Amino acid sequence: MTGPSTDPRSAGAGSPAAPPPTRRGTEAVMLAFAVVITLAAQSVVDITLTGSLRPELATFGGWFTALWVVMHLVVRRFAPYADPLLLPAVALLSGLGLTMIHRLDLAGEQVGATATREDAPVQLVWATLGVVLFVAVLLVVRDHRLLSRFAYTLALVGLLLLALPAVLPASISSVNGAKIWIRLAGFSIQPGEFAKICLIIFFAAYLVDKRDVLALASRRVMGLELPRGRDLGPVVVAWMLSILVLVFERDLGSSLLLFGIFVVMLYVATERASWLVIGVGLFGAGALLAYQFFGHVQVRVDTWLDPFAYRDTGGYQMVQSLFGLGTGGLFGAGLGGGRPDEVPVAKSDFIAAAIGEELGLFGLVAVIVVYLVLVERGLRSSLIVRDAFGKLLAAGLSFAIAWQVFVVLGGVTGLLPLTGLTTPFVAYGGSSLVANFALLAILVRISDAARRPATPAVPPGTPPRATFVDAPTEVVKP
Amino acid sequence: MNAPLRRVAISVLVLFTLLIVNVNYIQVVRSEELRSDPGNRRVIVEEYDRQRGSIIVDGTEIATSVATDDDLTYLRQYPQGGLYAGVTGYYSFLYGASGIEQAENDVLTGDDARLFTQRLSDIFTGRDPSGGDVVLTLDAAVQEAAMAGLEGVTGAVVALDPSTGAVLGLASTPTYDPTLLSSHDGTAIRDYAAELEGAERDPRLNRAISDNYPPGSVFKVIVSAAALSSGEYTPDTVVPAPDVLTLPGTSTTLENFGGSRCSGSGEQPLIDSLTISCNTAFALLGIELGEDRIRETAEAFGMDGEGLTIPLETAGSTVGDPENDAQLGVSSIGQQDVRMTPLQAAMVAAGVANDGTVMTPYLVGQLRAPDLTVIEQTDPDELSEAVSPEVADQLTEMMVSVVENGSGRAARIPGIDVAGKTGTAENAGPDHNWFIGFAPADDPQIAVAVFVANGGGTGGDVSAPIARQVMQAYLEGGS
Repeated sequence: MTGPSTDPRSAGAGSPAAPPPTRRGTEAVMLAFAVVITLAAQSVVDITLTGSLRPELATFGGWFTALWVVMHLVVRRFAPYADPLLLPAVALLSGLGLTMIHRLDLAGEQVGATATREDAPVQLVWATLGVVLFVAVLLVVRDHRLLSRFAYTLALVGLLLLALPAVLPASISSVNGAKIWIRLAGFSIQPGEFAKICLIIFFAAYLVDKRDVLALASRRVMGLELPRGRDLGPVVVAWMLSILVLVFERDLGSSLLLFGIFVVMLYVATERASWLVIGVGLFGAGALLAYQFFGHVQVRVDTWLDPFAYRDTGGYQMVQSLFGLGTGGLFGAGLGGGRPDEVPVAKSDFIAAAIGEELGLFGLVAVIVVYLVLVERGLRSSLIVRDAFGKLLAAGLSFAIAWQVFVVLGGVTGLLPLTGLTTPFVAYGGSSLVANFALLAILVRISDAARRPATPAVPPGTPPRATFVDAPTEVVKP
Repeated sequence: MNAPLRRVAISVLVLFTLLIVNVNYIQVVRSEELRSDPGNRRVIVEEYDRQRGSIIVDGTEIATSVATDDDLTYLRQYPQGGLYAGVTGYYSFLYGASGIEQAENDVLTGDDARLFTQRLSDIFTGRDPSGGDVVLTLDAAVQEAAMAGLEGVTGAVVALDPSTGAVLGLASTPTYDPTLLSSHDGTAIRDYAAELEGAERDPRLNRAISDNYPPGSVFKVIVSAAALSSGEYTPDTVVPAPDVLTLPGTSTTLENFGGSRCSGSGEQPLIDSLTISCNTAFALLGIELGEDRIRETAEAFGMDGEGLTIPLETAGSTVGDPENDAQLGVSSIGQQDVRMTPLQAAMVAAGVANDGTVMTPYLVGQLRAPDLTVIEQTDPDELSEAVSPEVADQLTEMMVSVVENGSGRAARIPGIDVAGKTGTAENAGPDHNWFIGFAPADDPQIAVAVFVANGGGTGGDVSAPIARQVMQAYLEGGS
């Protein structure tokens, strides 16, 4: 675990006090570990299902390894103090995702279906695009505070992306009832995934700006300090936005996701628990309304409460998922040993059920723990970063991952109603993967700022910034 | 902002803990329930993915799995059609398994603990795992003769090796084709099952072991055994044999079969009573001996109401519970509430044949691993000493007389002494026809019971010829 500091630049800077370790060596070792696990898992899948290694495995292995070498080198160069666990956690998750998708590709071939698609190579291309975006974000955004300057622009872009599928004709925006897609020339994009990041950046900038006002209490009711009525504006707007998404795009997941993130960011910014209570109250009212008025929400809730009563209709997917998990048991059927293809759309929405079936309780819990590591490292960066915007942005992004994982895995395992969100970094789906790589880039950027010493050995060419880095908070002027 | 941040971090921990607890609940607590849910195709697909072991008779596979290229890899087939259906049962993904397929399922799938080392070596050598074989004690010639004899009638034949208890033949008609219930075509399976369901007499009922019937005069062997064992009778003891018997305490009269006369003098030696199957003589003899002695002897032959596991589950046989001497008299000729499975009837013959010792019947001779090493060999096991060897000799003498001079003449085999007893049992429909016997009488190799349900004739006409064919098939094939 304790990799030596091998950053030649920090070692050769000749500063009198020993600079804090960059931990890039640790990251390299952990990345190698994640890549080796992925390649081993791929080999197991091939041997179990086909009896031999596929020739393309070498290409895949080289490509996959190259992605992480590039990521690591870019981080080494442009964010040397970044948290060393963020990249390895994502490498492990995306490697496992690619393995399961490849495994499900093979299952499709085995059954002999005529129109089997090789989805794993496509996903690898998406991951590559994700890496390109990761590098671009890290190169362009040299200081995360740069983002706050574009907060309102990003808000507009976010809202447009969110609203785009709703206004487009259903023929290019609707898949299985959810109007959240843009399908062009064979590609399907879920703009909502990118909207999520834009809106989180906006929330962070806006809340840092207004947090003093929002924290003002007007009166105490039952031990809670309630905000002034006129300050309720933003939370009501966010709530209505969620309802609109739900109504016009039939997207329960994004609606729940955005609102949850906003309320938590509001709470962090203002330190007022009353916002949480108000948020939960609004959510409850919204959920009740949605249940009353929308058939698809009713179906979701009914099949959640008793999936076995609808086992041949709406609950089929859920029941198959539970069968997979139950059959997997403690140790799982082993990679290639189960029948995860019995669950419809196992590659995207239900990939966690496939993992639970083949890797068992231990495998699925391990995945949950890797997510926990990713999220808690993000929140840790949020704790130690010095500026308020960075704090709130890192908190929002980290919580976004946590909340999405909770809603998705809760859905697949029957804890919550199904929402149709994707498992970050693991599930098949280009938009989600690419967007999450961008999210990761911002987290890496903030964690670099958080761990960078106050008077760093500045590499030549870096703009001087130590002068205001010490400021406890910074007033953001958008 | 750090205080709420810490609380968010803790909340995330709590949320993820909830996830983990829920996953534990599903994958551990509810695992078994979800795994065995009939809607869960995984277990079936996995089971069909492995080559199931064969069921073997005389070196021939009577149930075997062949590879296919559909979703369920291996298809179960029964090359002999309905010949062994009552024994093998079926192996259906809709209706589960029955017969030996069910009773020896662990060995056939390869899950049996005794196959553990085999499974381990499969893993290391990369061999496709497969199940073990079940080698039955059945004799193909006996089984074929039994099914041929039962053709066109409803009934059962059980043949035993008297000295070991090994089941040589176990036939039941009407039969069915288990291959059709074991296909991978759900619709075809349901259609065939509906056809069987609608049949007048259910072909899936194994009449040899799964149901019991009034044995009629076959039960007189047990009454004779009780009499001889009491020490108060020999085959030559003269017993009363009136033309008509008014049952004690009633006005009901009991006649002999077809109103015939047993003896001009109204009495005769016991051996003659059995030879011509005199009802009045045995009713009086039973009453004279008393319920206790008859019950004791019947239970010693296995009629204690409990079924055996051979390893198919069998129904029990019983003498019933006669309330008075009148009922005891009727019970003594195998009517009233006396019930026997054809297996039990064969055990009576086998017990007499084996010097009075009844051997526990068994169907499975060997269990073999896929590499043909024997993992279990069944050793013969004594069930009970029903009568002494002396009494067994006397019974044999009397039963030989039945075939030589009496109601069982149709069972005679040229050059071989056959011992036997016929039975014609009244019931709601036409009479049931029975025959039990063994041969050769001086060195018994095979004991049989033949049961024809509602055959309408006599045991001597209908069942004795079938028994002869079965015994002949074995003695000529075996020696």
